[in-house]
Amino acid sequence: MSTAEVELLDNELDADLRATVRSFLSERCDPAEVVKAYDGDSSLTPVLWKGLAGELGLAGLLVPESHGGAGATTREAAVVLEELGRAVAPVPFLTSAVVATSVLLAGPTEAGADLLAGLASGERTAALAAPLSASVMSGVGTGSSTVRSVAGALEADTFLVPVWTPDGVEVRAVPAAQAKVTPVSSLDMTRQLADVLVDPSAGELVVTTDRGADGVRSGLLAGAALMASEQVGVAQWCLTTTVDYLKVRRQFGRIVGGYQALKHRLADLYTNVEGAGAAARYAAGALAVGSAEEAEIATHVAAAYCGDLAVTAAEEAVQLHGGIGMTWEHPAHLYLKRAKADQIAYGLPGAHRDRLGTLVDI
Amino acid sequence: MSGPMTSEELKGRVEDFLAEHPVATTEPSAFLHARYQAGLAWVAFPEGHGGLGLSRAMQPQVDKLFAAAGAPDNNPRRNGIGLGMAAPTILAYGTPEQKSRFLEPLWCGDEIWCQLFSEPGAGSDLAGLATRAVLDGDEWVVNGQKVWTSGAHNADYAILVARTDPDVPKHRGLTYFLCNMHDPGVEVRPLRQITGEAEFNEVFLTDVRIPDAHRLGAVGQGWEVANATLNNERVAIGGAAMPREGGMLGVVAESWREHPENHTPELRDRLLKLWVESEVARLTGTRLRQKLAVGQPGPEGSAMKLTFAKINQQLTGLDLELRGDEGLRYEDGDGWAMVRPEHVDFVGRDAVYRYLRAKGNSIEGGTSEILRNIVAERVLGLPGEHRVDKDVAWKAIPR
Repeated sequence: MSTAEVELLDNELDADLRATVRSFLSERCDPAEVVKAYDGDSSLTPVLWKGLAGELGLAGLLVPESHGGAGATTREAAVVLEELGRAVAPVPFLTSAVVATSVLLAGPTEAGADLLAGLASGERTAALAAPLSASVMSGVGTGSSTVRSVAGALEADTFLVPVWTPDGVEVRAVPAAQAKVTPVSSLDMTRQLADVLVDPSAGELVVTTDRGADGVRSGLLAGAALMASEQVGVAQWCLTTTVDYLKVRRQFGRIVGGYQALKHRLADLYTNVEGAGAAARYAAGALAVGSAEEAEIATHVAAAYCGDLAVTAAEEAVQLHGGIGMTWEHPAHLYLKRAKADQIAYGLPGAHRDRLGTLVDI
Repeated sequence: MSGPMTSEELKGRVEDFLAEHPVATTEPSAFLHARYQAGLAWVAFPEGHGGLGLSRAMQPQVDKLFAAAGAPDNNPRRNGIGLGMAAPTILAYGTPEQKSRFLEPLWCGDEIWCQLFSEPGAGSDLAGLATRAVLDGDEWVVNGQKVWTSGAHNADYAILVARTDPDVPKHRGLTYFLCNMHDPGVEVRPLRQITGEAEFNEVFLTDVRIPDAHRLGAVGQGWEVANATLNNERVAIGGAAMPREGGMLGVVAESWREHPENHTPELRDRLLKLWVESEVARLTGTRLRQKLAVGQPGPEGSAMKLTFAKINQQLTGLDLELRGDEGLRYEDGDGWAMVRPEHVDFVGRDAVYRYLRAKGNSIEGGTSEILRNIVAERVLGLPGEHRVDKDVAWKAIPR
């Protein structure tokens, strides 16, 4: 078990990237617009995604320059995800620019390389045809029956479908136009799910059988590792917003943030959010520079810790805001719904711990 | 010589010193004093006081060279309070005479130090302490009771905070002293702990006479001086770099592996949760050190200590369960026999000892409750506690 050397703080480039994404989102991703997704208006998503993927060039972050991308690493993608989490931004960055892209990067065919270039430029968007809850522990189903609860499906123009063959798993790219996509009323409407029925034979071969299983696995691993950074962003918003509120809210003639019962909870939350930030950044860095085993250990640690922590942060935010935290008008519920859905995505914290145990001999 | 010394030049100094004072033929105490006088003791200290005014980062290199040469050491574990807390405070606030008198025998281990701060009536509220010091000629006459004094039974000197002015608010009436533990009037009684042994003491001070020359800092400046000491303490408690599965986690993970007969899914998941939390704490510490590569620890260190205490307590409790029948036995050394340890060892002892000793982790060096206040107020900027004793003369505070 040799650990990886990872810079756990923002360097200058990270800080620039963060500032760019944050300023874009603070202008265009207002919570009052985001919440409309729950009432059937998802018009914010294509506008935001066009800006982030195209104008800012974020869709190609993980794609090497030789394939038309920015040639950055998962460590930089983590910075973007923290900011997307902080804004509960309803965009398919994680599902397309991280998970689907990582599947293809395992070894694309010529058609796969074309698709990668399209994803990198933001002209195309893809989703892995697997439930959001699928993980490196569970693996994914293959075949032609309906795949339930797929994230990023409504934004995708292409589905990556894993197919069993006698030689192993291959991945086929099926145009969304040839699939039956049924939107689902979801716990988290800022990442709305859909049920997807695809016929893989309608698609082009994008990853062959010698790399297919690895590709799916590396997509799901990257999903879990970087989801941790999104969870950190969610938790940071919850902490900061709650602290700010408790500094102005008065009861019994006092600022309520001065009561020890409340400030001790926030001190604990701060301590754990700091820990989550370190763990998530380490996982993203280990994925880029660590050994395969270290990347996996770091991912399970981050996923197990950050998944529960984001839920705790959101639940504390709702409780410590008092009645206002329970209203539709206050954005806390957007974060609670996102945090709870994220906890189930790419493997439950307990399942990550279980796998971690086999890796570290516990 | 111009510019700071390079690590190559420092290595040369150590080699020259070792050539002049061969380890094999030099008496250990003479060797340590010569090392101090050569400025190779604590190299970050100034010249003339055991150092060369170099960066603290160069110390490990020096220690390694001496250790590799088989040189005698100053038994630092026996004098942790002297080296970690008294010395930096004396350096910061001492007169030239005090620095010359105390630092060399402290570093060489000729004089062992302890800390006379806490009192039965002043724990978290240290500034409320009641031990009185009254000036009589050029001596202070000290009366009071101190408690939780680690190593007082081995100590030659103590850093002491006492009240010199009861008529002003509590923080302003304190003065800091260097107290000779062999003086008449100093009585040390063992304070037996829940582990059965007495690592701590009660110290009774009855008409102890301390020369004014052994006052550290100005009269009334004691709170400021004491805080310099306490900041050094918190750095010492949670900050060290650790390998993965190091410290208490490593000990408990080994218990798990050695007791397959006791494995259950519930114990395994609890251990894995603590494995994850320990690894997250380790990474948080790594990040904190990256942040502090240059500079001083801030209040974030309090968050690290909170986590350390919580994880240690949960791990040591789980360890007893993992051991099953064995967890019911306390057969370390003489069991519950009252002994006087030379130093504290959190991880090296029997599982029952570790479980009980870890209870102190959330109390010593600032209780977890006080640390949460520090995080909430100084990091998050939340309002301070309601204080009824602010701006009130100490003698008017109910106690």
